[in-house]
Amino acid sequence: MSEPLLRVEDLHVEFPTEDGVVHAVDGISYEVERGQTLGIVGESGSGKTVSSLTTLGLTRTQGARVSGRILFEGKDLVALPDAELRAIRGNEIAMVFQDPLSSLHPFFKVGSQLIEAVRAHQDVSKAAARARAIELLGLVGIPDPEKRVDHYPHEFSGGMRQRAMIGMALANEPKLLIADEPTTALDVTVQAQILALLERLQRELGMAIVIITHDLGVVAEMANEIAVMYAGRIVETASAEEIFAGPEHPYTWGLLKSIPRLKGRRDEALTPILGTPPSLIRRPSGCHFHPRCPYAQPDHARIDPQLQPVAGESEHHVACLLESQLRRRLWAELQQGATPEQAREALGLPPPPEQFERVASVAAGAAQGSGGTVGPAPEIGL
Amino acid sequence: MTRYIIRRLLWGLVLLVIVIALLFVMFRVLPTADPAKLRAGRLQSPKIIAEIRHTYGLDKSLPAQFWLYLKDLFLHFNLGFSFYSGAPVKELIFNRVSATLSLVIGGAIVWVVTGVGVGIVSARRAGSRLDRASMGSALVLVSAPEYWLGLIVLYLFASDIGQVRIFPGAGSYVGLTSDPVKWFTSLILPWLVVAAGTAAIYARLIRGSLIETMGEDYIRTARAKGLSERRVVLRHGLRSAINPIVTILGLDIGVLLGSSVLVETVFNIPGIGRLNYIAITHADFPIVEGTVLLAALFIIIANIVVDIAYAFLDPRVRYS
Amino acid sequence: MSAIEPISQAAPQQQGAEPLVQVRGLVKHFPLTRGILLQRKVGAVQAVDGVNFDVMRGETLGIVGETGCGKSTTARLIMRLLEPTAGEIRFEGEDITKLKGSRLKATRREMQMIFQDPYSSLNPRKTVGATIAQPFAIHGLLKDKGERKRAVQELLETVGLSPEHYNRYPHEFSGGQRQRIGVARALAVKPKLLIADEPVSALDVSIQAQVLNLLREMQRELGLTLVFIAHDLSVVRHMCDRVAVMYLGRIVEIGPGDALYDYPRHPYTGALLSAVPIADPTLRADDRHLLTGDVPSPANPPKACRFHTRCPKAQELCSQEDPPLEDKGTPSGAQAGTEAACHFPLSREEVAEIGVRSVR
Repeated sequence: MSEPLLRVEDLHVEFPTEDGVVHAVDGISYEVERGQTLGIVGESGSGKTVSSLTTLGLTRTQGARVSGRILFEGKDLVALPDAELRAIRGNEIAMVFQDPLSSLHPFFKVGSQLIEAVRAHQDVSKAAARARAIELLGLVGIPDPEKRVDHYPHEFSGGMRQRAMIGMALANEPKLLIADEPTTALDVTVQAQILALLERLQRELGMAIVIITHDLGVVAEMANEIAVMYAGRIVETASAEEIFAGPEHPYTWGLLKSIPRLKGRRDEALTPILGTPPSLIRRPSGCHFHPRCPYAQPDHARIDPQLQPVAGESEHHVACLLESQLRRRLWAELQQGATPEQAREALGLPPPPEQFERVASVAAGAAQGSGGTVGPAPEIGL
Repeated sequence: MTRYIIRRLLWGLVLLVIVIALLFVMFRVLPTADPAKLRAGRLQSPKIIAEIRHTYGLDKSLPAQFWLYLKDLFLHFNLGFSFYSGAPVKELIFNRVSATLSLVIGGAIVWVVTGVGVGIVSARRAGSRLDRASMGSALVLVSAPEYWLGLIVLYLFASDIGQVRIFPGAGSYVGLTSDPVKWFTSLILPWLVVAAGTAAIYARLIRGSLIETMGEDYIRTARAKGLSERRVVLRHGLRSAINPIVTILGLDIGVLLGSSVLVETVFNIPGIGRLNYIAITHADFPIVEGTVLLAALFIIIANIVVDIAYAFLDPRVRYS
Repeated sequence: MSAIEPISQAAPQQQGAEPLVQVRGLVKHFPLTRGILLQRKVGAVQAVDGVNFDVMRGETLGIVGETGCGKSTTARLIMRLLEPTAGEIRFEGEDITKLKGSRLKATRREMQMIFQDPYSSLNPRKTVGATIAQPFAIHGLLKDKGERKRAVQELLETVGLSPEHYNRYPHEFSGGQRQRIGVARALAVKPKLLIADEPVSALDVSIQAQVLNLLREMQRELGLTLVFIAHDLSVVRHMCDRVAVMYLGRIVEIGPGDALYDYPRHPYTGALLSAVPIADPTLRADDRHLLTGDVPSPANPPKACRFHTRCPKAQELCSQEDPPLEDKGTPSGAQAGTEAACHFPLSREEVAEIGVRSVR
């Protein structure tokens, strides 16, 4: 088997703060093959953005402590000196961010920001870089690029700005494009345009994409492989089809069951995940998800689950302490419209020990570092 | 853009007329400021006062007087005559404006360069010993009164009375045209004193503003492009962080042009501030009025320049 | 009180349903000014431009649309947070656009609003208790301190928070909990109408569901009438009995949610529905018909049908005549139940073709 384009091995990213160490990324490993798309799904605080920023070394200036390896074409980006990493950044690996308005410098013309991206890695004249900038704007579907190149970001619409950002990322034909919530700030019709653009560009340029999002619809649309992150860890990873057809982790179930659909019965109550995401400073013991997991058992607060292959599926990994057969049956119950409580009862699984709820409160109490959040009075799933 | 500039200029003109009207009221209409009485000095017989009123048109109606005054002002820059010396105020001011300009413009260059420089270094090493030392001394300089600082540097460095006699001291100012070298050396100490407090404020401002800017998303974008840290800070960061400085720089220069009284007095520089100081001690109202008007003019011009500069700096302002 | 023209569009599902809010010819233009010394009006942002709809007692009306379509402005107009340029808003039959002083205050008590950002819509220096009790103070209710505290604690429990949180400050809560506080504050004075403006857009997926469930529960228990404004079509479908789709200040389609999502007639509704990414990789649409370009500026909207500049079905008529909002019927000649403002409404085949994946 050939070497993947990007291989992340046991990556840890920690930020020392006054309140304690924030364990933003806690030992994750994944691979991205050339020309493929990996979707990383998670909620705020899951570590999905931090892990990607770290790939580009962009957490270095924030005082992050990084360990593990990020192998890009065999080079370990974690160990690379700043200057060498800069030569890769924006060149072989490029990034597109969530909010195109704040991500473009308000005082510079769009063209000059593109030109700068070209000239950061190519020794070309200003005129040649400008021609390239116009070409890039055309490539990402901005009408009238000769004129638009001299406009300022505030003269662009939201969708245009994100197109320009993508154009900027493509300036040096990267092998890997990391897109961090690229459509979250956009309207739905514009989102569809941007996703279609990314797909087209990937086909034309053959680059690999890592798309980071909280939106399961977006990953379903874009990704070949999906990694689900929770509290700094990957809790489940599989092909896109497999994640949606046969999810194995209770958190993935929770995500799938808490989004309203365009299809199906409308009066069906949503099944939210109880509680709030944990503090990354004082994480729950054992399985980090156990305080919010409707199927947690007493020893789940003690044992730390490892990502392991799902029986019979070599590409499907899950970090869950429930027994494999039990998981399948629980998911089958949920699929038939059972609530987690009903599914548990149907399979004779005892409810989680009561103190787990309190653990959730304590953990949430320390959430968001300095602020601290009040423990949810048992967040009732109404 | 042209519309914007025209609008700013017109508003400036309106503001200037309002200021002139206010000054007119303060110096002419308020009973304590009856110019005829003041001009008559000790010989205040009603007859003399009436004569003076007639000579200077003070017996006309107020709007008529104001109209005459405006005409005189705008067509001939006539600011009246000093009570004390009888010399035209216009000339008195013109003779001194170059010294004040030298002091203020030179000082501004010093405070911008040092303030911004120190601010950048402090911001990049926020929390370091260097940062704390420079921000600490900035605090001291901000709180130090100018005249006190002026006396201290004279005591330390003046060639006549100093401990280390390296720079010309008080009263050594000569015009730029008569001897550029001497002009320069004589202004070194005043420049430092004028600049000290403001440089300190600017350093703190730049530091805060740059630290904030460096957390912006577009800085992350700049880094993600693979630009050198130097370019990220100096081009992308500073470009935004400098904006608040531009705003206050115009005002600081404007204000100082009209009121550099203390430094000019301490260093005995024949500028407008010093003229004003002497005029106040002699109750020489026409001079005071003239200098106040000039100060207002400077501030209005500075404001317009700032607004226009702002539009150049921030493209988003241009279109609103 | 003059009688108000009934409109069919709303197609109130239940016979005999009585409107709580009636909006007729509602217009809000924000003037654009220009001038060297004196500002003169040179145009207007036509945020809302002639909107008619009813909200029935006890129902949930959804308003969907993209940025700048006027959905939030409409909400603010109903709340009288903005003064309408023209039109009528009747609340229980009474035109509230002219109300002032104590009458206005009394009406405002009947309608409450929940905002998008749970972080900026709570005063950070006030305890949760004080925040929720504020409507009592404003409307002079429950003067007794103990009574007021009890009422607030009850509300906290109702929305799924602990009564002990009474003395905490907003920063101590997570986003979802803050939105619960917002709901408690809105419910304090027992309003008849609740307007929720993007109440879950700022929340994480798992928390969204908690708040949506809470809102539905509250509505059912308290018999509230809910106007639910959002850009997320799936959320609106989940929450609403009837849905109005807005584009550039106008309603382009309105009707019962199921009918509208099942068979959108207006090409814009179709485009919106086909643009929603579906959380199912097997339904991945590779040849979606995407809308091109951007929404035109509301300061200078296209003439006649405002969608004609981007509409795949546009013909000459569309740029000349403004299509009325009316029932387009079904092929069999029956009433469709929805109303669309379109000269050339989508056919069944076209709906399937543009890949509206809510179609079974």
